Amino acid sequence: MGNKTALYNAHLAAGAKIVDFGGWDMPIHYGSQIEEHHKVRQASGMFDVSHMTIVDVQGEDAQAYLQHLLANDVARLTSVGKALYSGMLNDNGGVIDDLIVYRMPEGFRVVVNCATREKDLAWMQKQAGEFRVTLTERADFSMIAIQGPEAITQTKKVVSAAQSEVITSLGVFFGLESEGWMFCRTGYTGEDGLEVMVPNNQAEAFWNALVAAGVAPCGLGARDTLRLEAGMNLYGSDMDESISPLAANMGWTIAWEPQTRNFVGRAALESQQAAGDQPRLVGLVLEQKAVLRGHQPVFVEGVGEGEITSGTFSPTLGYSIALARVPAGTQSSATVEIRGRQLEVKVVSPPFVRKGQRVYK
Amino acid sequence: MSHIPRELRYLSSHEWVRIEADGTATIGITDHAQDLLGDVVFVELPEVGSELTAGDEAGVVESVKAASDIFTPISGEVIAVNDALEDSPDLVNNDPYNDGWFFKVKPSDTGELDSLLDAEGYTEICESEDH
Repeated sequence: MGNKTALYNAHLAAGAKIVDFGGWDMPIHYGSQIEEHHKVRQASGMFDVSHMTIVDVQGEDAQAYLQHLLANDVARLTSVGKALYSGMLNDNGGVIDDLIVYRMPEGFRVVVNCATREKDLAWMQKQAGEFRVTLTERADFSMIAIQGPEAITQTKKVVSAAQSEVITSLGVFFGLESEGWMFCRTGYTGEDGLEVMVPNNQAEAFWNALVAAGVAPCGLGARDTLRLEAGMNLYGSDMDESISPLAANMGWTIAWEPQTRNFVGRAALESQQAAGDQPRLVGLVLEQKAVLRGHQPVFVEGVGEGEITSGTFSPTLGYSIALARVPAGTQSSATVEIRGRQLEVKVVSPPFVRKGQRVYK
Repeated sequence: MSHIPRELRYLSSHEWVRIEADGTATIGITDHAQDLLGDVVFVELPEVGSELTAGDEAGVVESVKAASDIFTPISGEVIAVNDALEDSPDLVNNDPYNDGWFFKVKPSDTGELDSLLDAEGYTEICESEDH
């Protein structure tokens, strides 16, 4: 038996099929992951993401510490509530994890992945060194992601008036506290929506109120097809400690300026950049009756070989899409070997879908 | 527990076969199989007119989760395939023993049925996989 979130019983009551995910017993779907996917694209759905790890970073040196720890620069968080996506790298420039960091009234709040929790916490502690910072894990919070075009309207119906006002005030990629909760306008689906940190003892009541308001419970299955359509990376599939952010479509998350900021992994990234030989993470589209899947080989004529890092059937598009790591010189077409057949695929720039619409060219 | 009709015969690889009143055989995948696969998105079916031998690969079912080969439990000529699966592959999930059928053959040797699993034998296979 794995760890259980505060919502475990609510999942069982809703008919969830439970699977192990990074040591947690989590819902994979509640009947049909494709129906759940469409709910999020067309109305609203919600995910229990309480297994993710929340860490508060406080103390006099909190900002300097995070400027050392992260490839993106928290100095960009110029006001309370602003959020930033970043890689946390090792000395070789490999991605230890990807995370979101929020500027809080005091210090910062960081949300990292679940499967990487222990190594992340150990690394963060180790890098703290001489910095005057305290790291506090916030296991007292559950987290529910409510996503879709109707997600914000529906959520506002079931929270207090003060909390509803806070939600109204949130810009995209901002998170603010209210009455002991935190409301973040973030997500992993390519739709508008919220990720809400709620005290564990109030999580089930909040979840049930959302169910009553018509928000569909959605499992990890739909979460994966939604994030892949949105072109968002999954840690452990699309990148890991052996992969540079430059090879994971995360170049935009590296803050090169100011040059004096010597973050962990900077030297390695600079030599990779100078060499210009890093592979690229691209999108693939297959408009035939077959499904691209992780680890299928990709062949680029005259250039070389690559590999699919995540692949799926896209319920929104009706055909298969994938993220693949391919040689730098790859142009607009490639072939993928599926069950012994060579199938032609289009090479595109992710995302594939945003706000319910196809967006790739 | 998944639904396992008494009147059908099964392969341990989760296909079922039903002998119809006219002597033809209808083949599909079981409720247990569709539950393991999750939402079905594509089904590749054999050509009408092709000759299959029991145990042959006769198609592929692709779900959001995995691709899985389909084997024929019985030998014979393929006389029909379920074209409805082209537009509605979810029939395999929603009605695996009726509207979600895959293909029909004209059996060349009904004696082959004796070597297939009955509902009880197939139930044991499913239970051993669940534990």
